[in-house]
Amino acid sequence: MEAVLAISIGILFGSGVWLVLRPRTFQVITGLLMLSYAVNMFIFVMGRAKINQAPITLTEDIDPALYADPLPQALVLTAIVIGFASTALYLVVLLASRGLTGTDHVDGKESTE
Amino acid sequence: MMASLSSHLIVLPILLPMVCGALLIFLSDRNFPLKLGVSFFSAGGLFAIALSLLYLTENNHWPGGVGVYLAANWMAPFGITLVVDRLAVVMLLLTALLGLGALWYSSVRWGRVGVHYFALCQFLLMGLNGAFLTGDLFNLFVFFEVTLAASYGLVLHGYNPNRIRAGMQYIVVNLLCSSLFLVGVALIYAASGTLNMADIAARTPDLSPADRQLMQTGTAILAVAFLAKSAIWPLSFWLPTTYSAASPPVAAMLVLVTKVGIYAVLRLWTLTFSEGAGESAHFGAQLLLWGGAVTVAFGLVGMFASQEPGRMASYSAIVSSGTLLATISFGHAAATSAALFYLLSSTLAVAAFMLLIELIERIRNPAAAMLALTMEAFAIEDEPQESAGVAIPAPMVFLGLGFVGCAMIIVGLPPLSGFIAKFNIFHALLAGHGDEALRASGWLLIGLILLSGLAGIIALMRFGVRTFWAAPIAKAPRLQAMEAAPIFMLLLVCVLFTVQAGPLKRYLDRTAASLHDPQHYIEQVLTRPAVPNPGDLP
Repeated sequence: MEAVLAISIGILFGSGVWLVLRPRTFQVITGLLMLSYAVNMFIFVMGRAKINQAPITLTEDIDPALYADPLPQALVLTAIVIGFASTALYLVVLLASRGLTGTDHVDGKESTE
Repeated sequence: MMASLSSHLIVLPILLPMVCGALLIFLSDRNFPLKLGVSFFSAGGLFAIALSLLYLTENNHWPGGVGVYLAANWMAPFGITLVVDRLAVVMLLLTALLGLGALWYSSVRWGRVGVHYFALCQFLLMGLNGAFLTGDLFNLFVFFEVTLAASYGLVLHGYNPNRIRAGMQYIVVNLLCSSLFLVGVALIYAASGTLNMADIAARTPDLSPADRQLMQTGTAILAVAFLAKSAIWPLSFWLPTTYSAASPPVAAMLVLVTKVGIYAVLRLWTLTFSEGAGESAHFGAQLLLWGGAVTVAFGLVGMFASQEPGRMASYSAIVSSGTLLATISFGHAAATSAALFYLLSSTLAVAAFMLLIELIERIRNPAAAMLALTMEAFAIEDEPQESAGVAIPAPMVFLGLGFVGCAMIIVGLPPLSGFIAKFNIFHALLAGHGDEALRASGWLLIGLILLSGLAGIIALMRFGVRTFWAAPIAKAPRLQAMEAAPIFMLLLVCVLFTVQAGPLKRYLDRTAASLHDPQHYIEQVLTRPAVPNPGDLP
């Protein structure tokens, strides 16, 4: 399972970086979204990958290895909210830029080739 | 009882701007005086709170001057911790001062050319204060994001195509940095099992070799995020475009936002990788030193190359970041204390310069022309009257003297505080700490700083001669007292730093000494007891 997770995070991260480096604003925002998915999965895995286990320990005399770590889940939740909000803000700026400059190039003008 | 009440003061620098900012959203733009009043109330309140925190930390109200606030009353490694120590107090004071200056300046004109300007300013102040006060890595991320979200809005303030283009690039760079920040935080959590900064520092010396490697990788990725914010070369290309496009009061506040990155580096680096960190001691010092040195070189070339004053001021901000990072990297208390002095004086001077530039530009183009584009984009009908407000006598004298003052502090000419700051840095670098290699790099850094001062003199003098002497001035611009006063205030604080350099330096010496002896900080944070449950009391 670790290998699948690692490969998928790697693919997401790599595609995200490539897209962010593209000249069109839509590509950039797609790249940013992919990066934030990759980062969220990465945080999740950092609490050790576990399947079908409860995250909260209620009593003291239990084996913590049988439970998932709740903290990364809380972190991911916060990171999702913040990432979502700032990406939405970027979307608004993107549209404003498109409206004012008439092009979707990140520099606000087409590169002359 | 008193002790527990005064500890609530630690959370106020976050709560006050949050409440005032939320209130400002609901106030109508037509009620401008009320909005201004609430903003000034908050900024003035922050200054008063910072002063009282200074008093409390200095007079040993809390053991060793480290105040800990346990939000939700969980003991330290769990739950949210706010910590105030001498460094945090210095940064809080600087934030309050700059916030007051920027608000004051925008009360005449810039506060009117967009919606929610004052609310966003309050949220920016909240984020900055939170970042300085938090004792927890993840909350540092949250407060960074609050600061950045507010700054995204503020960079766009006064809405024109130039600002939107700059804002778009600024947002992308910072979103990428936030991703890196999270990756770094996650790796540190995986290695150390905690996010509380004091707890991380306490566990670092005992990490197993595998975990230590993971920890150092995480810290390095985290450092990329911080260093991009503090504009180290080659991560600084976004800065001149953004700062020169932003409206002047916003640019003045953004000068402080770069310093948050430096604060984070200083705090985490001294805490986690100090002498006592065993194998990891001074991790990354070389990178900070050379990165800082190259940044100074990049900034000085940029100052030479720029024609516009806005870009020149941006490059001087880059030079000051580079100088700070390189000086901090020497890792001893004398250098850190000198760097803090330089941070205070250069931040205020560059911010004052950002504000002054707009007034100086009016010599060449009258104010109405400058704002016309913005007003048109925003469809504001009532033009601000040129004649409104009290004008100051002899505007050219004020502009000239203000310019000379800013320039002298930025390049470090005697007798103002810039000179004392640079002299302190040289003194600390030559004072004979460390081995031969460290001393050689100290000499190299001194050479670079002197060279950057020379470049600054030449670039600023060229601009001054062109503006004040060579420009055909038809008539001196009309300056309002309310616009001139904040610049005067910021420069006056720098003069005060010069006159009171002794006491200030001694305070910063104590600050640096406690930074380089993190055991005390760690102990205070981890042993602060939670408030007992009322039901358990006898």
